[in-house]
This record gives sequence, C-alpha cells and structure tokens, in this order.
Amino acid sequence: MSVMEPILNVEDLQVEFDIIPKNAWPWTRPLKLKAVNHISFELNAGETLGIVGESGCGKSTLARAIMGMVVSQQGKIVWLGEDLRTLPAKDLRDRRKSLQMVFQDPLASLTPRSTVGDIIAEPLKTHFPKMPANERKEKVKTMMVKVGLHPDQINRYPHEFSGGQCQRIGIARALVLEPKLIICDEPVSALDVSIQAQVINLLMRLQKEMGLSLIFIAHDLSVVKHISNRVMVLYLGNVMEIASSDELYTQPRHPYTQALISAVPIPDPEVEASKEHLLIEADLPSPINPPSGCVFRTRCPKAQAQCAEQMPELRNIQGTHRVACHFAKG
Amino acid sequence: MLFSSKDKKVAALAESLEGVQGRSLWQDAWRRFLTHKAAVASLFVLGCLMLFSAFGQHLSPWDFEQIDWSALANIEEKGRPSIENGHYFGLDPVGRDLYQRTIQGSRISLMVGFMGAFVAVFIGTIYGAIAGYIGGRVDSIMMRTLEVLSAFPFMFLVIVLMAVFGRNVLLIFVAIGAVSWLSMARIVRGQTLSLKRKEYIEAAVAIGVKPFTIVIRHIVPNVLGVVIVYATLLVPEMILFESFISFLGLGVSEPHTSWGALISEGAGNMRTAPWTLIYPMAFLVVTLFCFNFLGDGLRDALDPKDR
Repeated sequence: MSVMEPILNVEDLQVEFDIIPKNAWPWTRPLKLKAVNHISFELNAGETLGIVGESGCGKSTLARAIMGMVVSQQGKIVWLGEDLRTLPAKDLRDRRKSLQMVFQDPLASLTPRSTVGDIIAEPLKTHFPKMPANERKEKVKTMMVKVGLHPDQINRYPHEFSGGQCQRIGIARALVLEPKLIICDEPVSALDVSIQAQVINLLMRLQKEMGLSLIFIAHDLSVVKHISNRVMVLYLGNVMEIASSDELYTQPRHPYTQALISAVPIPDPEVEASKEHLLIEADLPSPINPPSGCVFRTRCPKAQAQCAEQMPELRNIQGTHRVACHFAKG
Repeated sequence: MLFSSKDKKVAALAESLEGVQGRSLWQDAWRRFLTHKAAVASLFVLGCLMLFSAFGQHLSPWDFEQIDWSALANIEEKGRPSIENGHYFGLDPVGRDLYQRTIQGSRISLMVGFMGAFVAVFIGTIYGAIAGYIGGRVDSIMMRTLEVLSAFPFMFLVIVLMAVFGRNVLLIFVAIGAVSWLSMARIVRGQTLSLKRKEYIEAAVAIGVKPFTIVIRHIVPNVLGVVIVYATLLVPEMILFESFISFLGLGVSEPHTSWGALISEGAGNMRTAPWTLIYPMAFLVVTLFCFNFLGDGLRDALDPKDR
C-alpha cells in the first residue's frame, strides 16, 4: 500500500439517540440508544468502502453522522484535514460541495414539485449563486448525459420517471458539484435486480472517470462485493470486521460475517442446496439495552464465558484485516 | 421488413417528441379540477360575482348613499323592486337603492374574506413551516405563543378595538387578520412535521441548502396544496365572521355596508319589506356555497390519493 493520506478519517465516532419511554414523566431520564458505537475507519482517495449489516445496525446513522445530518456525541470526522464535527454550520454547508450523498428511495429523494433540471441544478444554485443561468443549464445537461439520461427530459418531473431513472437523477444531483466523496445509502435496495446492475455499473464508471471515493451502504452482500475495495461489517452499532473485499468474502474471520456470507444465495439451485448454511438463532437484541461484553454473543455459536465479560477489541490479524472477536486467529 | 418500417415510424415519432415539456403536479391537479363540474361552475359563478361587485354600479342611475325622496314616504309600496324606476332590488327602509348597497356590501364582504384568507396563507404558512421545520424548543415557544393568542377572547378584542378607535373597516381587517392565521399555522406545522423527514428534505440538507431556503423552496410548495384548500374554506368563514360582527352592529359604519349589515337590517323589516332581506342573503348564500364547492373540487384535485 502506498503511504497515502486518507481523505476521510473517522475516529471513535459515537451517536446516541434519546428514547423517551411511553407515559414517562417529564423529568425521567431518557433512555440512550447507541446507534453508532465507537466506530473508527479511514477512507483513501478513489477507494470504495462497503458497509454491510442487518437492518437497524447503524449503517444509515453512520452515513448521516458523517454528513453532519445527525448529531454525534463523541469522536472525530476528519475530512481533508478538518474535523467536520467542530466546524460551524455555515462552513459545514460549504464543505458539502465535496461530500455528497445518494439516497435509498429514488423517488422520495426528489422534490415532487420541481423539474429534473431544477433538482439537478439545486447544488449549483446553492454553492455558485452567481453562475449564469445558461451555463448552469449546460452543466445540468452534460451531467444528465453522463448518468445516461436524455437531456431533453430536463423539463420533466420526477413522477414521470422510473425508479432507475430517478436514481440516475439522484446521482446526477450528487455529482454535479464534482465532489470527492459520495456516500450511497442503500442506493439500489429499492430497485429491481437488472436496474441494480445498471446503477452500480454507472456508479463504478463514474467513479473511474471522476476519481471519486465511495462509501457504499447495502444489506445485499453480493452487490457490495461487486463494487467495494474494502468492506466493513456492522452489528448493533459496532464494527465486527473490516477487510479488503476479496479477503472478507474468501476468509471471513468473525462468526457474524461467516453467517452473513453463508446466507448469500448462490444463483445455482444445486450448489445452493448442497451448501452449508450457518444459521443464526434468535433476533437482533435491543440496541437500547445491548448485551454486555461482545454485542454478538447472544447469537454467536462460539460464545464463551469470556465474551459476556470482555468486549473484544478490533484488532489487526493479518495486514489490514481487522476483526473484533476473541477467537479470531491470524 | 415489417418490423423495421414500424421501428422507423416509432423512431420518427420519438424524434418529433423531443423537448417535450413535462406536466407538473400543478398542471395535473388543474386537469383533475376541470373534471369536477360543481367546482368549475362555482369558480365561474364566483368570477361573475366579483365582476358584478366591481362594475355593477354603472348599471344603475342611483348611488349607494342617495335617498330616493319620492319613495321615502311609502317604502312598502313604492320601494318594491322594479325595473322602471331603476331600483332593481328595491329600496332599503330609509329609501336608499338596495342594488347599489348590495354591490357596495359585496365589495366589503369579499374583501374581508380574501384579506383574511391572504393573511392566513401568508403568515400562517411561514409561521407554521418555520416552527415545524426548526422544531424543538423554537417550535414549543412558537406554538405556545399561538395557543395564548387563540385562547384570547376574540369578540372582546373586536369590541375593545371598536370602542377605542371607532368603527372603521381597517380595524375589521386587523382583527380578522389577527385570528385567521392561527389555525392555518397549526395545519401547516403538522404538515411540515411529516414532510421534514422526507428524503428530499434530507437531500437538500445534504446539498448544503440553508434552512430558510429549504422552507421556502421545498416545504412551502409541498404544503401549498393543503393550504389552498383550507384557504378557500377560510374565505366563507371570514365572510360569515364579518357578517356576524356587522349583525351585532360592530362592523362597518354607515353609509358603508356589508352583507352582514344588510341582512341585519333586512331581518328587521322582513314582514313589511322582504326584499331587503332576500337580495343580500341570496348573495351571501350563493357565495358560501360556491366557496365550499370550490374547496371540495380543489381538495379532490390536489390530493387524489385521499379521495
């Protein structure tokens, strides 16, 4: 690996939500829900980091916390040498130029009463208010061509497009400022499989053309494998494992990752039937009251007494492969 | 061969379609509105009514303050509606032309109605959207302020204003404006709370749009559907309210009049001169019906899902 300065460095990030129980007195202390629990990672320029995990494991919260849309309680989000958490709101808005986001629901993320042209032009209007209108329109049209939309559709409205097209509009809006990083929060979960492939290939192509970094959140492991250089596995707000994509899929070390990967269906009925499935018992524990020690121990097939007492550190076991399990061997 | 010729036709058609202007949600709503017959008819009637109250006075030789001395002694006989002497709607009990007075009253009543609705839309929408969007403590303070205002005995306020400053049309506008936006603000706040978590608002935040711009550019256009419907229903409410104040004798001052004042006057003479009640009442009833149908049609047009 080259000695490159990472463009994004998240250190010990923690996000808590206050949960006010039903029928509580006004003076009772709200319960704390730890959505993101001491997460650290870094991201290099041009790299794609996949984030996977079950529903409710804090993937989206992590993304929103990096964008500053959710208040984080502790830690650092160092973006190009500046800690975004300590920046005043005005500067934070300005930094958004280089840090954009693509959302899960393609149609819901577009303002229903604006035309596509206005939607894609909004970042330009916000950050370059003095740009002449025709130049802005030109930029929007080029961007539409780039993401595979017809520039003649500039005057149409979001409800006149299909889901895949809407997601292309969302991507165009994120890219029009030529950012350095795009956070994709489950960008393909709402699309059907053939469209998923189109959108992912589009993202990969644009990444190459524009030298983007991506944070790609999904719960579909095969999608993440296709696009990511490195993958981070989250469980209940904690990092279970980070490794390069190849290594994680061929040699998962954490029992949770192993179970996740064995659950990925293989599109061949014979192989699928003969494959060994590692089933995980029980449901996700409540994040308000997480298990002591290792958060995964209640469902872990390898759990021992040690797991309930001591939280496993996220430790390097081989190169950049990091695992949070007492029993993972290098 | 068969297919290729068809393909060419389709391609040619597609060529000719390029640069098509999409239909916005507003245009869609307008088309749906046009299919609602009662609402379209109401819009037409209201349009006519407004034109009539703006220009109708030129059709009669009389003036709304002028007393017809020749008929004053015998209103019950000579004051009846007739085309010949130019008193189309008859005379009021003091011998003034009711046609002119109805037109004058229409102006005041419609103005009060629209003014109230306008103030409600303007202040209520902005206030509610800001309270809902910012949320938290700001929201609490803004909504508590609103509750204090709406708990204030409003009739009392009107009476005090009238007693202190004398009877003045402007004061009615002030008084009506002061209350009309309260419930509008509440409605808009509720809508905003549900819009705030929509992904397109988050997307705007992610782009780096300033909060006030988000309210104006993303929240207000999307609550406007509800606001417009509510505003059309608010206009008749305001007209009724003004009528009520006038009926109590606190409204506009003579020689000016309004529908409420005319009806109040007419109600006193309905045995001897029924026309003094019937004409202004007909105007009021027609207007109220029309606005209600209009609101109905707009609601159907603007949120087709809730039908």
